[in-house]
Amino acid sequence: MLEITEGSMAVADAVRLCRPQVVAAYPITPQTHIVEALAEMVANGKLDADYITVESEFSALSACLGASAAGSRTYSATTSQGLALMFEVCFNVAGMRLPIIMTIANRALGAPLSIWNDQQDSISLRDSGWLQFYAEDNQEATDLHYIAYRVAENPAVQLPAFVCFDGFILSHTYEPVDMLSQADADRYLPKYAPTERLDAADPISFGMYATPEYYLEFRYETDKALKEAKSAIHAAGKEFGEMFGRDYSAMVEGYQLEDAETVIVAMGSICGTVKDTIDELRKEGKKVGLLKIRVFRPFPSEDLAKALKGAKHVAVLDKNISLGAKGAVALEVKDALYGSGIPVYDYIIGLGGRDVQKKDIREVVALAEKGKGDQFIGLRKEVL
Amino acid sequence: MRELRIHGRGGQGSVTAAELIAVAAFKGGVFSQAFPAFGVERRGAPVQAFVRFDDRKVRLRSQVYEPDYIIVQDSTLIKDVNVFSGVKKGGIVIVNTEKAPDYKVPDGVRLITINATSIALKVIGLPITNTSLMGAFAAATGEIKFDALKNALMHRFPKELAEKNIEAARQAFEYVKAEVA
Repeated sequence: MLEITEGSMAVADAVRLCRPQVVAAYPITPQTHIVEALAEMVANGKLDADYITVESEFSALSACLGASAAGSRTYSATTSQGLALMFEVCFNVAGMRLPIIMTIANRALGAPLSIWNDQQDSISLRDSGWLQFYAEDNQEATDLHYIAYRVAENPAVQLPAFVCFDGFILSHTYEPVDMLSQADADRYLPKYAPTERLDAADPISFGMYATPEYYLEFRYETDKALKEAKSAIHAAGKEFGEMFGRDYSAMVEGYQLEDAETVIVAMGSICGTVKDTIDELRKEGKKVGLLKIRVFRPFPSEDLAKALKGAKHVAVLDKNISLGAKGAVALEVKDALYGSGIPVYDYIIGLGGRDVQKKDIREVVALAEKGKGDQFIGLRKEVL
Repeated sequence: MRELRIHGRGGQGSVTAAELIAVAAFKGGVFSQAFPAFGVERRGAPVQAFVRFDDRKVRLRSQVYEPDYIIVQDSTLIKDVNVFSGVKKGGIVIVNTEKAPDYKVPDGVRLITINATSIALKVIGLPITNTSLMGAFAAATGEIKFDALKNALMHRFPKELAEKNIEAARQAFEYVKAEVA
């Protein structure tokens, strides 16, 4: 049933329905509402989990690492500087193949300090071995948590995942969300059954020292598992659709793509604004479409290349920048389209909470049609 | 799609007003969306919150630049902030004020003034005007039903506080109903 609620509350409720056994998190804007709500649920007996209070994000994810290695379904949430402080632990969690799910309420990274939205935080962890899902709205933000656990805990995957949703823009927005019942959530997401876990009666070790004779193979296998997670994502998304009517089998999703000459590629909440702009542009006779990327890691290169086959111009919206190079999404899109001859233009947009309006999307389309790109959108030249 | 922009000062409950209006609209069968413009919140600083109403799912995520409706919680904002910016022709502006207006709204825009502060002080005992202005909004625009607003308030606040706020909203609702009639 559709209910109207704040994005953070909807996510907290979805996490509760996933029945995590251990939650460890440290509050940080704009993620705080999620972990506050979970702490309250644990205190009120609505969520049967251990909530471990910690003194930092580094400790939060370290506690999750231990709990997950002991065989618990484990959850955390963070953003921005909090995620930056987890950098070391993120690599350890993925290297130890622990299926921890962490919500990222996407926020800019300092300096200068910004509490507002962009996607620099999770994008900067793109090489860490975590799956990365990006939500367009709060419905997707909640649904992706069930899917993330299903995929992460799949014995063929065994990797952690970020569920990313734009800080403030989604986390603090009230909008209707269809929540699963506990019975439905349980049907879709059975109890976690780890194939390996820390057990004093049958000791094994995780994350030990690997000499040069072994390290390369560990990295090879982790990369292979992440790439092969694509089929698990497809299957888990398809099954979710069959059970609840919302199909997440595709890692990239088209909107008005069929005859589109100019295709915008984007991730997250900006896709909603892009869709509304496309509807207007279509009425004006412009053949514009959107390709939304829902999964950034593993990167769906083949699906993306297939979907963009007929495009004349590809305009990538990046809410991040790999300083000294380009936006991270554009780099991936260029790689996926290498050799196709399709021009790919990059637009850095909406950093640090700069509001993105329909007119900004129109500007991007106009620039791409003229073959102009690789630039920032909405720069205030008077303050440069 | 119709859009509402609420101007207030930190501590006046503009964000709560946006949320509760969205809840009441949703319960009335409309797809709604409410969100704040986050600044560095501090008491007294100008703040904005937004609501969208549509008969289909709202996808747009930008702030509201061309509102159909505007609520101004504090008329002293008018000299500091361009609160009427972008308001659509045929739009409705609701201003909480004690004085006769010494400002002009754009042509073709309906101005409704109400002394919500006095209602709030009398009924709630605090100068918290958001709930009175929600009642005024319901009467002026018809976007939300008074009963839906009442339910949203009951759900949000403890019983006694909710009842006081519902009474404040009701008085403002009746006042504006008589004004627009």
